[in-house]
Amino acid sequence: MIPELGHFALIVALALALCQGILPLVGAHRNDATLMSVARTAAQGQFVFVVISFACLTWSFLQSDFSVAYVANHSQLALPTPYKISAVWGAHEGSLLLWILIMSAWTVAVGRFSRNLPAEFAARVIGVLGLLSVGFLLFTLLTSNPFLRLEIIPPDGADLNPLLQDPGLAIHPPLLYVGYVGFSVAFSFAIAAMLTGNLDQKWAKWTRPWTTLAWLFLTIGIALGSWWAYYELGWGGWWFWDPVENASFMPWLMGTALIHSLAVTEKRGLFKSWTLLLAISAFSLSLLGTFLVRSGILVSVHAFATDPTRGYFILAFLGIVIIGALVLYAIRAPELDSSAGFKPVSRETFLLLNNILLVVAAAIVFYGTLMPLLYDVAGIGKISIGPPWFEFAMLLPMLPLAFLIGVGMHAAWRSQPQGVLARRLRVPALIAVVVGVALPGLVYGRSGILVSVGVVAAVWIMLSSMLEPWRSWRRERGAAAMPRSMLGMSIAHFGVGLFALGVTIVSAFNVETDQSMRTGGTVDVAGYSFELRELRNAEGPNFQAIEGRVEIRRDSELVGEVLPQKRQYLVQKNWMTEAGINAGWNRDLFIALGDQLGNDTWSVRVQYKPLIRFIWLGAFIMALGGAIAISDRRYRSGA
Amino acid sequence: MLAVGLAAAGIALATVFTLTAMKDSMMFFIPVSDVVAGEYPADRNFRVGGLVVDGSVNREPGSLEMSFRVTDLRCELPVRYTGVLPDLFREGQGVVAHGRIGSEGDFEADTILAKHDENYMAPEVAESLAEHVSEQTAGLAEGSGECTSP
Repeated sequence: MIPELGHFALIVALALALCQGILPLVGAHRNDATLMSVARTAAQGQFVFVVISFACLTWSFLQSDFSVAYVANHSQLALPTPYKISAVWGAHEGSLLLWILIMSAWTVAVGRFSRNLPAEFAARVIGVLGLLSVGFLLFTLLTSNPFLRLEIIPPDGADLNPLLQDPGLAIHPPLLYVGYVGFSVAFSFAIAAMLTGNLDQKWAKWTRPWTTLAWLFLTIGIALGSWWAYYELGWGGWWFWDPVENASFMPWLMGTALIHSLAVTEKRGLFKSWTLLLAISAFSLSLLGTFLVRSGILVSVHAFATDPTRGYFILAFLGIVIIGALVLYAIRAPELDSSAGFKPVSRETFLLLNNILLVVAAAIVFYGTLMPLLYDVAGIGKISIGPPWFEFAMLLPMLPLAFLIGVGMHAAWRSQPQGVLARRLRVPALIAVVVGVALPGLVYGRSGILVSVGVVAAVWIMLSSMLEPWRSWRRERGAAAMPRSMLGMSIAHFGVGLFALGVTIVSAFNVETDQSMRTGGTVDVAGYSFELRELRNAEGPNFQAIEGRVEIRRDSELVGEVLPQKRQYLVQKNWMTEAGINAGWNRDLFIALGDQLGNDTWSVRVQYKPLIRFIWLGAFIMALGGAIAISDRRYRSGA
Repeated sequence: MLAVGLAAAGIALATVFTLTAMKDSMMFFIPVSDVVAGEYPADRNFRVGGLVVDGSVNREPGSLEMSFRVTDLRCELPVRYTGVLPDLFREGQGVVAHGRIGSEGDFEADTILAKHDENYMAPEVAESLAEHVSEQTAGLAEGSGECTSP
């Protein structure tokens, strides 16, 4: 009964989404206030029914109702309760339902906080969001219904993929989706502006906080995913350039470009059509990511061909959204041009360069992700493009970007006298160079050109971004005197610097070794000695494990004890590696059990990862900066 | 505007240049039968894949050096590897290896991949196996399924 209720609620939500998608748009076109007023009510109604539907699926998981195919395939009686809940979005059907829930929540929020927007504009924004929602609801109901029942009810479920049984991965998809889906708001604002034919600086001011909010969730979502891959996939990498990861990174790059271009549109009324194009691209890439991940085309072009329904549906949806948006853009964008100018040395120029470099970066990821697919479809051969390619190619846009950030932040709008800029940035630049040349050798005993360049860039960004808050603090006896949006920007850029420092140091000074180890034996890595004290059996609710007790010492002083495990999950029989990690602010010490080589002897992978935490810390600080910028009073005051 | 345009053009040019120059870091997947027949790139890394032959896994006691044979159900290729194996590496299971042919004609792998899901097999592996499954059942009598090496 409950699953049927959930299914029914989803159908009602579709009906309401249709009302929300059609009536307000017609109303705005005819200037009919009654029709326009449907927007908010329909959006709220849709939200209520999507929540009911989502709750029904969650209930089925909690009750272990294995008559529901989706539950039977992704849960099990012994699965711990928190994972029964996260299993709701652990696979295709449920993650679509989560997508719809989040989109609906965004729409209600837009409705709630858009009271001071012109009624016609708000109606259009909510209408476009409604149409997008219709697409996803249809997709779920027609091709991916999570409420389908089984004829024969199995006594127990097939269990959730053990990889997903982890707190990090339980919250990673919701956060990522909040970001992904959030770009649909910027997209809808862009479409609404083009429908209205009126794109002024106020429009950018309305759009900015929504875009930044989506971006900050996407940032946290990606960082959490990277962190999860680091400790759960077992082998200590933090980014694999896997197509699924790239699918989230491309919208992030575009979204970052959009945030910066919106700043120019708001302050100077420039870059209007470019901003629109970025808003369309950021969301289109989110959709493309969904297509890549969900159609199965990445697993195999042929898997896609044998069950093409889902793939074709998303492809058609993607086509309608992108082509529709671009046609509208082609018609309307020329009317929006602005004639205001700016000098070659000005904030506008730096933001333009930022945009070009970020779009180039996104294009590189796009190329590297889709090339193997094209090769396969064209029958040239089956290629794979590995991390070395991406790592090298990404340096091209990212290195100049890193140096430009530090200058761009301080450039004035319209025109910047170059002498002032040089005088102000002289000291940070000098410190950055000294630290970059000296630090690698002093701390890690080795140096190199690329490391030094990386450290110089990182320190340069950090110092330069703290310059303005520091000046303000000295003048006013408190950073509070700075506008929140400026403070947020400085903090976010500081996060970029931390991130760059982490990436540089960990890629240069990471030590990794595979060894065989017997109980009582030691492995020495980077001045730390890992001793395998004992091997013992351990048990979890749905797995058995062999656990090593490893003591880590430095100069015979105990640093910590870690418990790496080799787990076997009872239902799926998969073996899983749980690394033992001793985390510190300046380094992680990492040991993972490989295979049993003989009595009491195992192969192990031991790693020393300096500053790896800075990678995720940097990302969280970027997100924090975004949050501070949104809280600026400017965005709360009326139009 | 001129400076901006030049910068943009420079970046674009550099990008195009790199993308073509780095063709080498793309790795082709070569079916085991082709490798055995000598049809593989000698001077760069490539990928092979198939099933780990039952009983072929050989370990030096107490060491990380090991060897095994991989088959596409027609030909078998000896593979050497030193290091920690992935969780799902097992005899009779699908596997993908990155590396190149060494001086002794063995495939010297620097990376071994086996996916985390029992039901999942790398698509290129599944495909190269599928080609020979029908041969084994039907064509073997006529001798068409023989492994040929130069």
